[in-house]
Amino acid sequence: MHDMFKRYGTGLTTMILLVTAFWILILLILPNLTMFESSFRPYLPVTEVGGPRDVYSFANYGRILGAHTDLSVLGITFEVPVRVKVFILTIYYSAVVTLITFALAYPLAYYLAKIVSPKSLPTLFLLLFVPLWVSEILRSFAWFIILAFKGPLNVALMSLGIIDSEIRWIAGFSPVIIGLVYTYVLFMLFPLYNSMQSLDSNQIEAAEDLGSPWWRTHWRVILPHAKPGIASGAVMVFMLSAGSLLVPSLLGSTTSGWFTQTIQGVMLEEADWNTGAAFAFLLLIVCTLFVSLMMRVFGVRLSDIAK
Amino acid sequence: MHKTRDLLGHVYMTAFLIYLLVPLLVMGGAAFNDSKLPTIVPWVGFTDRWFIDLWNDTRVWIAFRNTILVALGVVALAVPIGTAGAILINSISGRWRATLYGLMVAPILIPGVVIGISTLLFWNNFNVGAGLHLSVLGQVSYIASFVMLLVLARLQSFDAGLEEAALDLGASHSQVMRRILLPHLYPAIGAGAAIAFFQSIENFNVTLFTRGGQDTLTVYVFSKVRSGITPTINALALLLILFTLGLAIWWELTRRRKARIEAARAAEARRAEEAMA
Repeated sequence: MHDMFKRYGTGLTTMILLVTAFWILILLILPNLTMFESSFRPYLPVTEVGGPRDVYSFANYGRILGAHTDLSVLGITFEVPVRVKVFILTIYYSAVVTLITFALAYPLAYYLAKIVSPKSLPTLFLLLFVPLWVSEILRSFAWFIILAFKGPLNVALMSLGIIDSEIRWIAGFSPVIIGLVYTYVLFMLFPLYNSMQSLDSNQIEAAEDLGSPWWRTHWRVILPHAKPGIASGAVMVFMLSAGSLLVPSLLGSTTSGWFTQTIQGVMLEEADWNTGAAFAFLLLIVCTLFVSLMMRVFGVRLSDIAK
Repeated sequence: MHKTRDLLGHVYMTAFLIYLLVPLLVMGGAAFNDSKLPTIVPWVGFTDRWFIDLWNDTRVWIAFRNTILVALGVVALAVPIGTAGAILINSISGRWRATLYGLMVAPILIPGVVIGISTLLFWNNFNVGAGLHLSVLGQVSYIASFVMLLVLARLQSFDAGLEEAALDLGASHSQVMRRILLPHLYPAIGAGAAIAFFQSIENFNVTLFTRGGQDTLTVYVFSKVRSGITPTINALALLLILFTLGLAIWWELTRRRKARIEAARAAEARRAEEAMA
């Protein structure tokens, strides 16, 4: 700090400090504190705000326990509140999406880092980057077209004789998963690639020379080295999936509620900002817990994830 | 054995690229199909009417203008904020640095829905209503993190001795900043501005909660897909993809040209050295 004053003088240093303070305080901490505070207050008409009924309570959080429905886990059926079910399924399917993207991206990251000739890398990356620059909404819209009942996928499968009649793709969670995987797989690929690329190829050769079969080389040499990449990719994909509103809204159906849609309904349709704040805070907690879990499991720090 | 592995790798890579790119082609192709619904099957016939419809849709133009305005606002705020944050992080150490770094990186990991709602509620306390200005502030809160990371990475290769030398030689503080530090950071600042611009154009979650009835392109497309959808959206999508593609190719060509110049310079230097020896 003292160093900064010496280099840039009082005026410039103060400016740097003020700008950063504006970011951290006004744009980040205070809005989140406001949200936290409002989540405990009742939703009242403007005239009653600050009045005798304006007291703190957990009532907004309690609203997640509204109407009930059935949820089956491993053949056992529970009766759970609708919103709790949506909340749990959002987390569950986000984890599924994370696993699928990992399975898809791992071989590809290895291929890009260790197999392909470095000369063709720039072109390959350019091709990989194109969909990344195309916005999320257009990427899910593309699948909206492809998965339509009379759409290209059904027509192609039928003309190939794989299926006899159209499949209704837009039903349940599968289209949401398809859309999320397509949209976020690159967020798994690039961190994995970055972490594998720094692995000395001699280590792989040494393992092979010593008679290690390919799967053991991956399990004992490459996977451990790729840990920070896996953590980073998993965090990104999980957060983006759990926080996605576009993909479930475009590709979902009535049977596939996503928690962000619940929040949107409360905020924009019921205009109940206090309950919206409570639900948003729940989503934030889940994401924070997931990041901490990943950091612990993979033994990495936040700075490794943010790379 | 490695041959099979390499072959499998090539096949998988190709399949993956097809998987990534074909949906975009399908979407683009549907823009030319003379069918009321956006699809490529059945192919009714070639038409350009969706592009004409798009051109005549005033809502698209307003949404386009709003998107650009918001993106410019985000760049104007996120770039100086991210740069200041990176300079500050770079000149402190210890516990404070770790805490501050955590705070600056965290917004990338906060769901956009949360950022949107918290921004809306916070400014509502000061009677600042929803609107595009709040969308800008909400987006800046996490986009500045990207700028910060890029600038911080660039600062690692900065030789602080240059600043000391300049100060010793009588340069003023603002001269040190303008003539020594910032020029070194320009590539990162430029990349940061580009990323901020694109992130802002793409943004949906934050904008949806803070926009207050105003349209941006993503919100417009979203509302169209949910209500009556026509292939004008595909026409818009195709134009956006072509724009992106154009930028990507331009970027790659510039990179290749630079690499060629670098290589030529290196060769020149080698020849000169050989001639000296």
